[in-house]
Amino acid sequence: MTRGLKPIASSEITPREIYIRRREFLGGALAAAAFAGLPGRACATPLTFSKSAYSTDEPPTPKEDITSYNNFYEFGTSKSSPSRYAGRMKTNPWSVKIDGLVSKPATYALEDILKTVTLEERIYRLRCVEGWSMVIPWIGFPLSDLLKRAEPLGSAKFVAFETLVRPSEMPGQSGWFQTLDWPYTEGLRLDEAMHPLTILAVGLYGETLPNQDGAPIRLVVPWKYGFKSIKSIVRISLVETQPATAWNKEAPNEYGFYSNVNPEVDHPRWSQSTERRIGEGSGLFAARRPTLPFNGYADQVASLYTGMDLKAYF
Amino acid sequence: MQRALNAAPRWPLYAAGAAPGVWIFWLALNDRLGADPVKELEHALGLWALRFIVAGLAVTPLRRLGGPSLVRFRRALGLLAFFYACAHLLSYLLFDQGLNAHAIAADILKRPYITIGMFAFAILVPLAVTSNAAMIRRMGAAAWQKLHRWVYVAAVAAAIHFIMVVKSWPAEPLIYAALVALLLLARAEFSLRRRFERFSRAPGRRHRQERGAALEAIQAK
Repeated sequence: MTRGLKPIASSEITPREIYIRRREFLGGALAAAAFAGLPGRACATPLTFSKSAYSTDEPPTPKEDITSYNNFYEFGTSKSSPSRYAGRMKTNPWSVKIDGLVSKPATYALEDILKTVTLEERIYRLRCVEGWSMVIPWIGFPLSDLLKRAEPLGSAKFVAFETLVRPSEMPGQSGWFQTLDWPYTEGLRLDEAMHPLTILAVGLYGETLPNQDGAPIRLVVPWKYGFKSIKSIVRISLVETQPATAWNKEAPNEYGFYSNVNPEVDHPRWSQSTERRIGEGSGLFAARRPTLPFNGYADQVASLYTGMDLKAYF
Repeated sequence: MQRALNAAPRWPLYAAGAAPGVWIFWLALNDRLGADPVKELEHALGLWALRFIVAGLAVTPLRRLGGPSLVRFRRALGLLAFFYACAHLLSYLLFDQGLNAHAIAADILKRPYITIGMFAFAILVPLAVTSNAAMIRRMGAAAWQKLHRWVYVAAVAAAIHFIMVVKSWPAEPLIYAALVALLLLARAEFSLRRRFERFSRAPGRRHRQERGAALEAIQAK
């Protein structure tokens, strides 16, 4: 049964100047609102974003696979551990500390970071060092946008990243078998960090990131093996010397600082020349596909490494 | 209990032992093994092979510790291990590498964990072929037992193979390696003790010493 419609108060009518700027408004304020005030941020919230020319037109991997097949050792070493346990991680409130060689060191609330950036959808290939790959529609913004805001000093040569440490919410960080030295750390050369392909992602498939995929904010560097794309970032430091990185500390001969996807340089224990695209073909009978140099982004990034011996700097 | 075990048929063990493999394969065919069914199938089959190797190795220590004797089921455990090792290898050749002979050859030659895995499998083949009463008679019990002790080497190789497949040092492969080590050490301890007991019970040394002393005494006269 419908009652008669109430007359709309003139105060509730959106002024035209705001109405015509609604997309702009949605991009910033709504994204910030999506992250603020939602208790626990337990459920995915839709984001507003624009398309990007950097996206691949390859079909994206099903969301079900992207959110159930994860490496996030803070929650355990099995592929299904993150989706099982990451719900315990509290991502609200969240802030990222930016320090080191910057003129404006500060701790930024996530909402504050999102107010000043424009979100884009970047459909990127992701190649795991284990020999599988996905195509993921990330929502994010260039890392350089955030770094510029902190104003790196001329002496800054590298960027170091750190993941949350919270054993009470991350079962992989307590117990007998500690797989890595927490916090998980990663690093990039400053020019790699400032490259337009390098983004901080806050969502996928149009919504805020599920915890198992590195909520609420994570790095995505599509031409490097997946472990370089550090999840659930709490700290970004600009530094002068090459920072220590988690997997490199664990096995220096297996995981280099650069870790650019390279079919010519095998992992000491397995080949990197081919990969299995998750969700492709019919399950058991999906053929491997050749792995491309720099994961297919050679045109954009190979020039960063001119003159470097990529077998020595693997 | 031992009497019941001695009378029990063996076929239920074969059926129950093969069931998880059939179930996993059915799940894989119906795309119910998650995002990477090939890896999942490969891993599960390999793990069951290792589990049955460990179970087979546990039979003798269990009996020596006063538990029931499961010796009459050991052949079934060994053949189940071989069944899963074959399925594990086939899933690698067929689904993982898509029968790409070049990639497979490169893997076997260049990847130590694949080399070790193949080595373990190669050991299991003659053990499976000779696991029947006719072969024991033909080879003679001593030679047959000597051949089947190679399963110790296969177990160590399989445990190392598992550790080398994974990144970092997660618990599961280390637990299996510890089980294999424990079961092999239990055998080593048992055979050393038996040798020691035989030695100290033997008249040999004391006898020689006494005879030597007596000879000296005679010569001194």
